[in-house]
Amino acid sequence: MTPPASGPGLGATTALETAAAVRAGERSARQVVEEALAAVTARDGELNAFLSIGADRARAQAEAVDAAVAAGDDPGPLAGVPVALKDNLCTRGWDTTCGSRILEGWRPPYDATVVVRLRDAGAVALGKTNMDEFAMGSSTENSAFGPTRNPRHGGKVPGGSSGGSAAAVAAGFTPLGLGSDTGGSIRQPAALCGVVGMKPTYGRVSRYGLVAFASSLDQIGPFAATVEDAAVLFDVLAGHDPLDSTSLPTPAEPVLARLHEGVAGVRVGLCRDLVDGCAPDVVARVREAADALAAAGALVEEISVPEFGFGLSAYYLIAPAEASSNLARYDGVRYGLRVEGEDAAAMNAATRTAGFGPEVKRRIMLGTYALSAGYYDAYYAQAQRVRTLVMQAFARAYESVDILLGATAPTTAFDIGAKVDDPMAMYVNDVCTIPSNLSGHPAVSVPFGAGDDGLPVGVQVLAPALDEALLFRVARVVEAHAPALAERAARS
Amino acid sequence: MTDRSDSERDAEWEMVVGLEVHCELATATKLFCGCRNAFGDEPNVNICPVCLGLPGALPVLNEQAVELAMRIGAALHCEIRPSVFARKNYFYPDQAKDYQISQYDLPLNADGWLELPDGTRIGVTRAHMEEDTGKLSHVGASGRINAAEHALVDYNRSGVPLVEIVSEPDMRSAAQARAYASELRGILVATGASDGRMEEGSMRVDANVSVRPAGSDRFGTRCEVKNLNSLRSLGRAIEFEAARQIGVIEGGGTVEQQTRHWDESAGRTEPLRSKEEANDYRYFPEPDLVPLAPDPAWQERVHAGLGPMPADRRAALSEALGGSPSTAETDQIRAVVDLGLDGLIAAAVDAGAPVALALARAANEVAAGGEAALDLDPAAFSELLALEAGGRLSATQSKAVLGALLERGGGDPAALAAEMGFEALGADTLGAVLDQVIGENADAWARFVDGDDKVQGFFTGQVMKATSGKANGREVAAELHRRRQAASAT
Repeated sequence: MTPPASGPGLGATTALETAAAVRAGERSARQVVEEALAAVTARDGELNAFLSIGADRARAQAEAVDAAVAAGDDPGPLAGVPVALKDNLCTRGWDTTCGSRILEGWRPPYDATVVVRLRDAGAVALGKTNMDEFAMGSSTENSAFGPTRNPRHGGKVPGGSSGGSAAAVAAGFTPLGLGSDTGGSIRQPAALCGVVGMKPTYGRVSRYGLVAFASSLDQIGPFAATVEDAAVLFDVLAGHDPLDSTSLPTPAEPVLARLHEGVAGVRVGLCRDLVDGCAPDVVARVREAADALAAAGALVEEISVPEFGFGLSAYYLIAPAEASSNLARYDGVRYGLRVEGEDAAAMNAATRTAGFGPEVKRRIMLGTYALSAGYYDAYYAQAQRVRTLVMQAFARAYESVDILLGATAPTTAFDIGAKVDDPMAMYVNDVCTIPSNLSGHPAVSVPFGAGDDGLPVGVQVLAPALDEALLFRVARVVEAHAPALAERAARS
Repeated sequence: MTDRSDSERDAEWEMVVGLEVHCELATATKLFCGCRNAFGDEPNVNICPVCLGLPGALPVLNEQAVELAMRIGAALHCEIRPSVFARKNYFYPDQAKDYQISQYDLPLNADGWLELPDGTRIGVTRAHMEEDTGKLSHVGASGRINAAEHALVDYNRSGVPLVEIVSEPDMRSAAQARAYASELRGILVATGASDGRMEEGSMRVDANVSVRPAGSDRFGTRCEVKNLNSLRSLGRAIEFEAARQIGVIEGGGTVEQQTRHWDESAGRTEPLRSKEEANDYRYFPEPDLVPLAPDPAWQERVHAGLGPMPADRRAALSEALGGSPSTAETDQIRAVVDLGLDGLIAAAVDAGAPVALALARAANEVAAGGEAALDLDPAAFSELLALEAGGRLSATQSKAVLGALLERGGGDPAALAAEMGFEALGADTLGAVLDQVIGENADAWARFVDGDDKVQGFFTGQVMKATSGKANGREVAAELHRRRQAASAT
């Protein structure tokens, strides 16, 4: 068994520190990028966090930042900070595969809105990260380009679907990463890799240029080694985008300014339904986090939201239904893979048969079935009613508390290969994260010590819609009281 | 074969027709992106990630398209309702996303009606918004779909805004269906929502046709007929399809629910696909768009901004003619309103031209000018009619000058008349010519004076011959009658 690697933060430079140094002219962005590239070269052959590295464009972008600094211009709050982009974010002229054979070699003619925002903030896109194909999975084993290994333990999965971005940050390749979260795909890998991963309120961050999995659930969010870095990145990403009709028109208040206001008087609900059924070591960490919040002045009570238990079933109808439609466009006609056939229909079928992996096919079939004439009411429509029920349950809970607390994932990182043949066992990984996707509310996973196996545990903080400021404040307090990972590892 | 006549058949059977009309909206840009909405450009120049359906691209609804769709709804007396876009899922190579964004159970406009010129009201079930597909061209030896070696896709049309107007099955003849389509076309043009050009595909008509025994109140099994590219095809296809279905039933068979293709050259419908092969479109609400609920103030503005519809314009012309137009005038009124030439008439009448003359010239000579008719300068038209009404130009001369105006795209009617040698004959000249013609044809003149009106045409012809057609026919006739009266009186 490979010993767990040391956690991030110890001796590493945060995004904020790097940006400050670059802005002050103490370090060049070019130098920061070269160090990141060197780190990737040294270790990513083993981890497979990145599917492609944009060395030349990263260098060029870094030089542009350095030129701005030299000219006395403001290079932005993330000046010279390398960022890892999940490979379902469109990057102009740069391969965007979604971890799928069907999009291998496809180069979008445009940048996603978040990619533009990052560039405008001075950040440098270093590479595109590995993921479960079309974001369908919880272990990054469903990538057509091989699994990513957990930087804490090479035999374990990093979680998924944004496992590559989580691993890139956990390995210290980049201080920041972007992922997408449809049912927990940012928070769960963050928990398993021991980093901070956050899903914003639905509509808070533009989805323009995010290759869709389930449009009503997908949301882009930040990975970082610290809550403060995640907050900075969130502030850069958040805001209205006229290119996304579901983007919220209300202005996003910066969360960084209020990050250190503490939790005195904040009512925290320790949600039984988000810890019951989790492994005892995970439950223990969540309770310790609740105790830490209470010690910091929060008013902690246990509450129950039994409707959360229906979330998983509803999710596994709604998400595949939308996916079956979103993924129809990979038909071999205009871009991506084409396998020739007798006529157009045969070409479509041959292309999709060869281009999609088994999990994607499974979900397309599930979703097609759920939307079919005669089944729509029993499956899709019923799932939407359950979704409404979950939303109402959240509303009820937030009448008595300001914040909910629970586990992010039921266990620590599991062995590579352990669940690949059992889809249901894999789906259950999302049980604690799915309610926030169904409701569209923000949530964050914060590293909080380790499990009995010495691997990281994530504690999940959930907030009402648009209250990211409170979410990050509470997350910061949780982080401040988190046991150091290495200590726990040493004890086990 | 049956040996009964068609009229005997018609008495036993009733056809039931409903139409689905797709209308391309005349917006500046497409429904969900900023690409130009234009017909006839080079292939694949008006495209972007959104209308190409590229991964990650998202739709944003075009406000002008909503405005035009609401105008159509208002003109068809529909209720404008909160609506939701849905995805209609099916694979086809001309469809970039392999789903079409359309409205399904919650359309923008519902429960309206359209009144035909004869007063019949046809129910309008709904008029909903959706996006158009790209356009396929099959390339191969024969150009036929089945023999094609490959196909090319032009995405310029992909994402062009459409409104689909679905009628109730309220029509009972091909003529009624044609009248509906024609009236609807006039309304679409009047709202400014569309240019209504069937030949360019701006307006596309599908017909649902069924037959039933006369007197029955139950509907027969319907077939949907596609590929109707003109009002004439629409009428022919419906006639054919109804007759075909009657033949099937009378032959002991049952009509199968099908989508059928109208073959214009063969003059018949052919099956495209049956009910069993029909797609399950798996509609569900489009998660990339928010519900569309135009506020009352916007709806109010749309209603207030609607100009007169074809029926109003026909009524106005009819009233200007004194309220009881002849059958010929009624036909002329329909023709000019259909062509949008009633504004021209109004301008001429305002300038003092007689209504009947303006109507006749507009319905015949101007209408014959095709595209040029719409560009005719109302001032020039008015001036020409003044010349004709004042006797300075004969009807023949006036028509010739009008032809020249249309051909040249404008000009000064008086100058054109002079250029064409149409100087009005002075009264002296006409008198002299008549003196000469009467002198040379004394016998005929005597018969005319005795009351033989048949000779009048002979004298008119002689005068025209002597003046090379420059004489005004009406003046010649007036002078002939004046002289006859004078001759009789003595």
